[in-house]
Amino acid sequence: MKKVEFDIPVITNHPITPSIKEGAMAHVRPFVAKQGHQEALGFPGELVDDWHDKAIEKMRELLGKYRSLQVFMDSCVKCGACTDKCHYFLGTSDPKNMPVARQDLMRKVYRRYFTFAGKYFPKLVGAVDLTKEVLEDWYSYYHQCSECRRCSVYCPYGIDTAEVTMAGREILASVGVGQKYSNEIIGKVYKIGNNLGLPEKALANTLEDLEEEVKDDIDVDVRFPLDVKGADVLLVTPSADFFAEPHVDGLIGYAKVFHQAGVSWTLSSHASEAANFGLFIGSQDNMQKVAMRVREAALELGVKRIIVGECGHAWRVAYSYWNTLIGPFDFLDPKYPVPQHICESTYDLIQQGALKFNKEENDDKIVTFHDSCNVSRASRMGNMPGGQFVIPREIIKAACNHFVDMREDTIKEGTFCCGGGGGLLTDDLVELRVKGASPRVQALHEVIEQHGVTHMAAICAICKSQFTKVLPYYDMQMDMIISVHQLVGDALELGVER
Amino acid sequence: MSLEVNGKTYETDEEGYLENLSEWNLDLADAMAKEDGCDLTENHWEVVNFLREYYDEYQIAPAVRVLTKAVGKRLGKDKGNSKYLYELFPYGPAKQACKYAGLPKPTGCV
Repeated sequence: MKKVEFDIPVITNHPITPSIKEGAMAHVRPFVAKQGHQEALGFPGELVDDWHDKAIEKMRELLGKYRSLQVFMDSCVKCGACTDKCHYFLGTSDPKNMPVARQDLMRKVYRRYFTFAGKYFPKLVGAVDLTKEVLEDWYSYYHQCSECRRCSVYCPYGIDTAEVTMAGREILASVGVGQKYSNEIIGKVYKIGNNLGLPEKALANTLEDLEEEVKDDIDVDVRFPLDVKGADVLLVTPSADFFAEPHVDGLIGYAKVFHQAGVSWTLSSHASEAANFGLFIGSQDNMQKVAMRVREAALELGVKRIIVGECGHAWRVAYSYWNTLIGPFDFLDPKYPVPQHICESTYDLIQQGALKFNKEENDDKIVTFHDSCNVSRASRMGNMPGGQFVIPREIIKAACNHFVDMREDTIKEGTFCCGGGGGLLTDDLVELRVKGASPRVQALHEVIEQHGVTHMAAICAICKSQFTKVLPYYDMQMDMIISVHQLVGDALELGVER
Repeated sequence: MSLEVNGKTYETDEEGYLENLSEWNLDLADAMAKEDGCDLTENHWEVVNFLREYYDEYQIAPAVRVLTKAVGKRLGKDKGNSKYLYELFPYGPAKQACKYAGLPKPTGCV
């Protein structure tokens, strides 16, 4: 609880690319996973004796398994297009947080062991041995990348830094140096079913409480069903939606939409988590094991559709990986997208005229929208290109009279990460999180000044928790950040004829 | 890490959360709070005690809305909201109050 002392970036009226400060963030590294956290995921409990050989062997395996990684190791021409695109570089000034430099931590080792020039003339080509110091640097800087992929949008070769970071983390975990935050959480999913460790009994109690709350609030019996066999829809949502603010108001919003549209739905205590941190640590095996719970729950409950709640990387995993990891989904109704995003579902219902809004309910707000990185750059919604940008905005505009976008180069596919993505949403990285949020906060500051924006809506549990935590560092209110489906829930007319 | 209170040593994790839940006692809670520069008042104790009761039954800290509702019932409706809880526990009611209650830190996207 002791406050970590560090300089908070000054927010200016225009974006600034900082001068570099060598080693500015070399002291930042997250807690290392304990033996139990590691072993539950199939990794060695601590740094293995032959870590050097094991790490190189793992690297060889990954280079063979992922052709992309091999291409990314070979194809960088050091053009510099990525250097000023990373929110962590912009917020920290540390040159190793330039995506090219962060990748080069691995590339210089790759050259030494896997290229002719690097094997025989290492000094000529900047190739180095894998030493303890290099491994330490990997641990530090591969946990200063949120795998948001903004840099890859601007890379003329399409090099995906996130894949390099994931490979770096996977090699580290495989020699015994995993990250505590992510690995402890994945272990909780295996043991209890969600990131929080919220057992079935507590989940049921929490949902009952929400039913009471909504009843007290608007005098309508909105249900939050759990483990209902034969429901049409299985909703898989981040467990933060049950637990935290502002997430829970989004969950209330989903429930109101389903209630008003007459959709038969259920949550599952077995698959009570949409998040999948297996992605963050680069481990396909763990990603598959986490995702499998969703398939098991869908079959057990006999649902016809799976809808994913507001969670950025969960939607990436569902949209881009589920079919390979846990498909085929031939048991689901092919008339609906498989899987479907909650925003797609709500948008369709709006299009059909099934939902009516009293937009004045949100007239106390001027709203902007923070595109979440994984939704923007690693997935899609709807049946049109860019649907993942259009659909959330159309939902907000259906529920609010006052909406403005932030500066064009900071939204949609150029969106800035919140600063807490990719397994970095942990208190031991609060300095990194505050600094990494500064490019987004700067763009937000502009629309506050110019348009009087009062709220920023998002569709990601990590973004919501991150902004709740870091906005106060910039003298902004923590409750500025809200769920898109809170806006929906607050303005939705319930009980009116459909 | 560890913390010494009344001559007894308590093991904690890197952030000062108690490793062995059964070792918790009132003096330890006070000492943990003092380490953070926080004096536990009666209202703090209402929250801490509720967390412990809830944990006993459900093996997890209560969700924020469960907590605000319970605090509203115990301390008055005007205090049943997260704004008040943040005044008591500026670092975040769930994380900070759990620490003094000897409970594990909530994990996940929270």
